[in-house]
Amino acid sequence: MQTAGSNASIKRMVRTESFPTPFCPGCGHGILMGAILRAIDHLGWNMDEMLFVSGIGCGGWIPSPHYAADTLHVTHGRPIAFATGAKLFNPDLKVVVIGGDGDIASIGGNHLIHGARRNIDLTVICANNGVYGMTGGQVTPTTPQGARTMTTPEGNPDAPFDLCQLVVAAGARYVARQSVFHIRQLIRVIETALQHPGFSFVEALTPCPVQYGRRNALTTPVAMLSELKERCVPLTRARTMTREQLAGKVIVGEFIK
Amino acid sequence: MMTATTAEKPMGWHTIASVLAPGPYLMQGDEACAEGAIAAGCNYYAGYPITPASEIMEHIARRFRALPGRVFAQMEDEIASIGSVVGASWAGARAMTATSGPGFSLMMENLAYAIMTETPLVIVDVQRAGPSTGQATRPSQGDVMQARYGAGSDYEIIVLTPWSAAEMYSETIRAFNLAERFRVPVIVLADEGIGHLRERVQIGPETRLYGRVRAAGAAPFVAEASGAMDAVPPMPAFGDGERLMVTGSTHDPRGYRRTSEADAQAALVDHLTRKVSEHRDEYARVERLLMDEDEELDLLLVSFGFSARSAYAAAQELRSEGTRAGLLRLCTLWPFDDDAIRAATARARRVLVPEMNRGQVLREVQRHAPAARGCNRTDGEGITPDDILAVARKW
Repeated sequence: MQTAGSNASIKRMVRTESFPTPFCPGCGHGILMGAILRAIDHLGWNMDEMLFVSGIGCGGWIPSPHYAADTLHVTHGRPIAFATGAKLFNPDLKVVVIGGDGDIASIGGNHLIHGARRNIDLTVICANNGVYGMTGGQVTPTTPQGARTMTTPEGNPDAPFDLCQLVVAAGARYVARQSVFHIRQLIRVIETALQHPGFSFVEALTPCPVQYGRRNALTTPVAMLSELKERCVPLTRARTMTREQLAGKVIVGEFIK
Repeated sequence: MMTATTAEKPMGWHTIASVLAPGPYLMQGDEACAEGAIAAGCNYYAGYPITPASEIMEHIARRFRALPGRVFAQMEDEIASIGSVVGASWAGARAMTATSGPGFSLMMENLAYAIMTETPLVIVDVQRAGPSTGQATRPSQGDVMQARYGAGSDYEIIVLTPWSAAEMYSETIRAFNLAERFRVPVIVLADEGIGHLRERVQIGPETRLYGRVRAAGAAPFVAEASGAMDAVPPMPAFGDGERLMVTGSTHDPRGYRRTSEADAQAALVDHLTRKVSEHRDEYARVERLLMDEDEELDLLLVSFGFSARSAYAAAQELRSEGTRAGLLRLCTLWPFDDDAIRAATARARRVLVPEMNRGQVLREVQRHAPAARGCNRTDGEGITPDDILAVARKW
């Protein structure tokens, strides 16, 4: 018997013939891909009862075609809408939406807030790398202010969304953020989100060295992961910090549960 | 709510008792459409309010409450409506949405997705005067070309054009059956005139349905390269344990993305178009009114939907005056019935195409009868028999 969540154990849950993944060296999506499977494996869930819905972009390719389950790879920004139909018609399906920040927060932002409001039993996992990776590195609604992208060569003039606060305000009752560097915490919040009855949301911060890092003085995967580690502040510690101390930081933890 | 145990549902053609008690009803066209959907076994409906189609959604919302296993959802917009309909269809539902021009435009991207993924669903477009917001309560037939080509790229699509409340009922049933038979989205192209018309609808004791064909372990997409490219593959549901890979990207028969192989792209487009175009006899439907098939005519009217009602009245008037006039009514508007048009126009001295747009069907008719003329109205008023008679008599 393999240990739940181990590499050997989660290998059953992927279509190994689809490997190698299309992700670039240093991309965090592979870590997230594994984290989601480890969480499911810890819960002992059967992949044949699961449906993974994803849209367009690198994040959409995390489940499709790699996960050995039903996968629905849809139009850009719309996975929550498609997932809503499948879940409403067959509530026995365990439905998980996985997508990037462009997919979930930009073109699909309306579906995100309405999904949260409607409180249908979906788990939405946003692989947030702060950039459109697949299309070549354009600015997204979660790109940090001042960051250089292909469409903000002078630096991003706009403030980013705080996705977790947005989804809390829209009515979700389980909302958490972690990074792929903090892998144990990430797996734990995904497990909790999967078990939560109703709409749950996990924002997974993930590095994109190729399209984001190299334009923002983070030229190696290690540099990006180190920056992610430094930037993340746990919610409990953040409560003791001043606004000045929190500048440039991102708060991780469970925002509502 | 229901659990999607699709396994015991009948596959292929079968007959069930009608949901409504048999007999005559006075119904609004939109209500008749909703009742047709219910009769056809529609068990998932998602929509967004829009005039003049909202009554379909309201009627469904009211009626589904008393019908177990049927799910209604009002979504945040038309994009989400058709998206959720696709998701439900793959979960095993007979699924539908209804809208009008502006909402129909919003649905185009996910319509293309449904075509690409061979997802059965029904879209009802109750046309109104446009472009854009236009006149929401006024009839039009301006979406003829959008229904045919609006989703972009290369595909064939089945579009039905009811001309009465009775046909809003029966053609909606036919749309569900064709959607399941060919694993395609089917469009019911109605208009405000028909949608808001109240007239008699006769409900029969039985309804003939086509149940989705499922097969464990079979490739769920494009027919194998060795097989017939016009064959319709079986369609399992999510939760059946098939581990389906459904994608709007170009894919192979199992669903694996094939994003740069020319062979895969060519085979898929070939399959998606031929599975519709090569089964014309199963969905083609024209009606020859006031004319025999081989009759030589002074005037042939070619029309569809609301405008065919006025064309019929005009043809009756002309007949009573001694003019040999007849009406070829297109009940299946797309794929265009070139054979029927070619045969009928060859036997007519003059061909007139009344429609509530600037000549979208006329140009299709002119492929076979270049001298055909149009009678058009785009002022938000229904075309009248007098409009048609005025053109016919001046010619």
